[in-house]
Amino acid sequence: MNHLIILPVILPALLAPFIVLAMRHDLLLQRVFSMAGAVALLGIALMLLDEAAGGPPQVYELGNWPAPFGIVLVLDRLSALMVLLTGILAVVVAGYAISSGWDTRGRHFHALLQFQLMGITGAFLTGDIFNLFVFFEVLLIASYGLMLHGGGAARTRAGVQYVVVNLAGSTLFLIAVGIIYGVTGTLNMADLAVKVQHIAPGDEALLRAGGLLLLVVFAVKAALVPIHFWLPGTYANAPAPVAALFAIMTKVGAYSILRVFTLVFGESAGETAWIAADWLLPAALVTLVIGTVGVLGAKALTRLVCFSVVASMGTLLTAISIFTPAATVAALFYLIHSTFATAALFLLADQISMRRGGAGDRLITAPRFAQTGLLAGLFFLAAIAMAGMPPMTGFLGKLLVLDSARASDSMTTIWAVILITSLIAIVGFARAGSVVFWKSASIPGPEEGETTPPLPALPMAAAGAMLAAMVAVAIFAGPVTGYLEATAASLYEPAGYIRAVLGPDMTAAR
Amino acid sequence: MEFLVASGVGSVTAAGVYLVLRGRTFPVIVGLALLSYAVNLFLFATGRLVIDQPPVITDGVTSYTDPLPQALVLTAIVISFGMTAVVVVLALRAYLEAGSDAVDTNVDAEPEDAGDGRPAGGGGASA
Repeated sequence: MNHLIILPVILPALLAPFIVLAMRHDLLLQRVFSMAGAVALLGIALMLLDEAAGGPPQVYELGNWPAPFGIVLVLDRLSALMVLLTGILAVVVAGYAISSGWDTRGRHFHALLQFQLMGITGAFLTGDIFNLFVFFEVLLIASYGLMLHGGGAARTRAGVQYVVVNLAGSTLFLIAVGIIYGVTGTLNMADLAVKVQHIAPGDEALLRAGGLLLLVVFAVKAALVPIHFWLPGTYANAPAPVAALFAIMTKVGAYSILRVFTLVFGESAGETAWIAADWLLPAALVTLVIGTVGVLGAKALTRLVCFSVVASMGTLLTAISIFTPAATVAALFYLIHSTFATAALFLLADQISMRRGGAGDRLITAPRFAQTGLLAGLFFLAAIAMAGMPPMTGFLGKLLVLDSARASDSMTTIWAVILITSLIAIVGFARAGSVVFWKSASIPGPEEGETTPPLPALPMAAAGAMLAAMVAVAIFAGPVTGYLEATAASLYEPAGYIRAVLGPDMTAAR
Repeated sequence: MEFLVASGVGSVTAAGVYLVLRGRTFPVIVGLALLSYAVNLFLFATGRLVIDQPPVITDGVTSYTDPLPQALVLTAIVISFGMTAVVVVLALRAYLEAGSDAVDTNVDAEPEDAGDGRPAGGGGASA
């Protein structure tokens, strides 16, 4: 067994209590260890990606219990990619929180960050559906703490709504897991993929109900219409580095949909094959429209970014819902792009509102502020990336989505919705940019350094790093799509995954 | 016995969904607690209801009771207990800071925010 596979879970799991217990009162030590943990996670993720790219899925049997009796962690190309994204984001978020002083506005930021990372990487690596539930709870309970970091009435209230929505979601998850266990007698995903083929006649309806309930649960996480309402309120009120970290949380939902509905309810599932597709496509298109309308109608910059997150989840889930290898390549490419673009925009919006004094992030004209030119340039780059204009990754991502949609029956609808919403998003971002930067530029601000203390430029490096990552993905789009094509191919040939988990003889015996 | 357990789970779920749809934090929390009780009972039943059977398979035993759902329920109980504690503290803090215990007030007075607490109930209702 390769013990590297469990390190992304173990490392933050040990680091977080260590930070709480040993260095509660020393912020400097907390920062050093948290950053070191994030960098180490990134390093481990790179090694895992290298291992996953080289061969078939690898399995880590916890407690050395063979599947399906014990819980397994599975490393394949998809989970390695998601862990790598988490690692990159962790370094950026930790760096931003430290340099902008967000971690001084409340206690235990770094410990909660590590717990959150543990939950996210665990959810990406696990091969057991109940264990997925447990990791969902780990990442949620850490996210409750992070979301409330810094306190304040508005944030606490938004926090209550966020917690209640997610508790209801967890309840649904348990019901879905219960139904699926009752029908199939297993919770191991690979074993489920085998068992659903031989389901007892008469149980198909129950299995269908269980599968679709799971879709609802993942849709809550992925902010799919009609259960997206929690997202704008939560993300807009969360501290900026936390909102940037939450960019990967919506992707946990998208990842789970992709994993479960290709592996368990995929080609070979008989009656329940591709049950997600019929529901996912219309919901994703409506999500895209609602998100874009929100971008156009938002009255504050952070809120505009929140709605652009909803819109990007719509595009991503549209691509997933086509359920072909080509569309999945497009979806994964867009997923990488959307994670970076979201994080960059949240960090930039925070930097802008910090400098605007009383105007905050509201979309009104306000006196000119320090470093307008630099921030305007960075915002411009992030905005065109999010809206999907060349030369950033958003353009390539949408191009891939459109190209792969040609195979779909609803090609005209998908093309029309994506192209029109892209135009509206461009208008929305242009309006925000012109109000915040152009119209405000003519209003003379206070002399720099006189009334407002100069702010450090280092936090902008974090947003810049996200933009640089997008540019790098756009430049190396060839190798990246090559990796994603192999990923998608293995998702639609789940035999390799099942054989890796259950062993060759187990598969043959069933 | 199946009918009793099923109607018990059903009525507790119905009560939970009704309470979650209320507008104030206390009924919502009680509703979430009821929902988690219903789910725990339901998870028990997924191993099928049998009486006086051994929980562990040994040679010669043809009928047994499934021990796995009990492990699942134990995990679910621990998690839902912790989550309930979190949401109680959070609701108290929100009440003390904002001076109102309504769940669905506009967080920052924007129209699209109205009814943010409701979709939770909507999600629960579809169960």
